[in-house]
Amino acid sequence: MPAGAAGGAGGTERDRLFREELLALIPQLRAFARTLCGDPTAADDLAQDAMLKAWDARGSFEMGTNMKAWTFMILRNQFYSEKRRSWRQSQLDQEVAERTLVAADDPEAPVALDELRQGLNMLPAEQREALILVGAGGFAYEEAAAICGCAVGTVKSRVSRARRALQEILERGDYTRDDASAGEAMATILAAADRLSTPR
Amino acid sequence: MKRYRKTAPGLEESRLRQQALGVRLRQLFDEVVNEPVPEAFMQILERAERASGEG
Repeated sequence: MPAGAAGGAGGTERDRLFREELLALIPQLRAFARTLCGDPTAADDLAQDAMLKAWDARGSFEMGTNMKAWTFMILRNQFYSEKRRSWRQSQLDQEVAERTLVAADDPEAPVALDELRQGLNMLPAEQREALILVGAGGFAYEEAAAICGCAVGTVKSRVSRARRALQEILERGDYTRDDASAGEAMATILAAADRLSTPR
Repeated sequence: MKRYRKTAPGLEESRLRQQALGVRLRQLFDEVVNEPVPEAFMQILERAERASGEG
């Protein structure tokens, strides 16, 4: 029943615009949720919850401001409120992640996305999310700080510590059993960087 | 118009590595961004919309 109140009082036009923008953000919300949860099913549940929460709170969103940052903040809050409830679960997940690393079994494999994913999982949660927001999500430090509810300087130091730690994890070759393949893996990464990040 | 100097190979290498990490990180993220969004999202939102329309 599309009421003909275009731009009028009822707020339906605003809802439509809100909905459109929210839908466009779903792929990003899913990606952020995946980095927080790891498990794709749990991540989609989280992203769906966040989407619903955002929809329910649409009245408090100021159109024209940064909806991406706003929804990311909602998703993050949702994640941590759930996580508080299942603290034990997350500790177990961490153990599983570490065991998986030790068991990584293909000496031929380059440092692939999978390994980067596992490396990310070894970082403290607050470093991981800072790095993802700034390094992959395209947020400025200021926006990431707003999303995480901390100071800009805190985000900056988390990002740089995360980068260093991740680099170390990859260089130590925790995913591979011998140094040779770790070296090869790094060569592959460097080659990829050369290809992909040509100077403009 | 940047030109790289070969004076500090250690620094240069670590810079490259950080760059590589950044590229991979974005790939990891974009991999999910580029996945088709599961139907469930649309259905859930439509249900919520109907509920708020009737509410």
